[in-house]
Amino acid sequence: MVRLSDLLPEEQESHLSKVPTLQPLPGQPWVRGKPLAQRRVAIVTTAGLCVRGDRPFDSGGAGMDYRVIPEGTYAADVIMSHVSVNYDRSGFQSDWNVVFPLERLRELVREKVVGAVGAFHYSFMGAIAPITLYEGKARELAALLKEDDVDGVLLTPV
Amino acid sequence: MSALGHYLEEEGIPTVSISLIREHTAAIKPPRALWVPFMLGRPLGVPNDSEFQRKVMTAALSLLEREAGPILEDFPEDAPYEDLGAEPEGLSCPVTFPRLRSEGTLAERLSDEIAQLQVWHDLSVRHRGRTTLGATGLSPQAIGEFLVSSLSEEELASYRPDVGAAAALKLATDELKAYYYEAKSVQPGRHSPAEIEHWFWMETSVGQVFFEIYKKATRSTDPTMKPLATVALVPRTVREALKARDAVSASR
Repeated sequence: MVRLSDLLPEEQESHLSKVPTLQPLPGQPWVRGKPLAQRRVAIVTTAGLCVRGDRPFDSGGAGMDYRVIPEGTYAADVIMSHVSVNYDRSGFQSDWNVVFPLERLRELVREKVVGAVGAFHYSFMGAIAPITLYEGKARELAALLKEDDVDGVLLTPV
Repeated sequence: MSALGHYLEEEGIPTVSISLIREHTAAIKPPRALWVPFMLGRPLGVPNDSEFQRKVMTAALSLLEREAGPILEDFPEDAPYEDLGAEPEGLSCPVTFPRLRSEGTLAERLSDEIAQLQVWHDLSVRHRGRTTLGATGLSPQAIGEFLVSSLSEEELASYRPDVGAAAALKLATDELKAYYYEAKSVQPGRHSPAEIEHWFWMETSVGQVFFEIYKKATRSTDPTMKPLATVALVPRTVREALKARDAVSASR
């Protein structure tokens, strides 16, 4: 539906201007694992989601922290607070799965395509630069995911 | 997104990321990514189409089983057309379309507009079983009053003790916009995201209020107001159109 070349010139320019600032991060990590049907999968999103009543993300820039979305959370309890308005939110308003496909993941587990769902999912707010600012919180999150025996993470942007 | 994948993988957690901007992902080279040709904000393609979402989901998760990488694969299908304005079945709204008021002050017109949309928002909540409002803890009318007051106040007071004035303003604008979008999307007619965006920014009083807040933020020397003058309030795609409209009305 939308490729970069389909966007308005000012949008294209904004996204392309970031490319020279992006480099591969050092090393090329690669972890092999079990078949999908034996994995425990969690979702990590940069959509700025949080559970209703939780602290919203701060548009002032301290956005590299994360919010916890416990498994079992209902769609009605998840809201979005993201600094950027340069993406569509009507999809999320209509169906949270278009951003945070937790119901699809649960279905895949019921059908034994995926082994299990993690006990917790997580949300960051995207649009943080430089991207290395995520490092500390990402490593902290990795330790939590390991404690939860998660061995597969689906990352979803907006 | 790609950076998170890199760091998690480095710590021993296998990751696969959905990519919306291929050029960014290609530059960072995270371990596994599935590029999708969808609208920004919709990594699974389209709302309320579980079959399509499932295709995207399984295409992404299957990359976890690959033997070597980095991998950047392209999802082969475009998202199906989605009509946000599909009238909810079995639900009826007791009023006719709101007619936007053209006289009165901006504050009066905004208040009137918010009141007229309430029944549609109620319908949206019944239809969808949820709303994405709630971050501010304020009613839509109270948000409207707060936004209008922000235009004249030199020292704006936040309505939440845990967030500063600029962040409170950002939450309030996002929430009132969601109220309008949720309400509009269940009105009869066909409403693509682009059409709702056009309506919001070019045809409503709230669009005018937001643009006034944006202009005030661009003049502000308070660094916490900077996001409202850049990425946090007026989308890049409508900013020039609003400026042009402003210039035309100023020349009259």
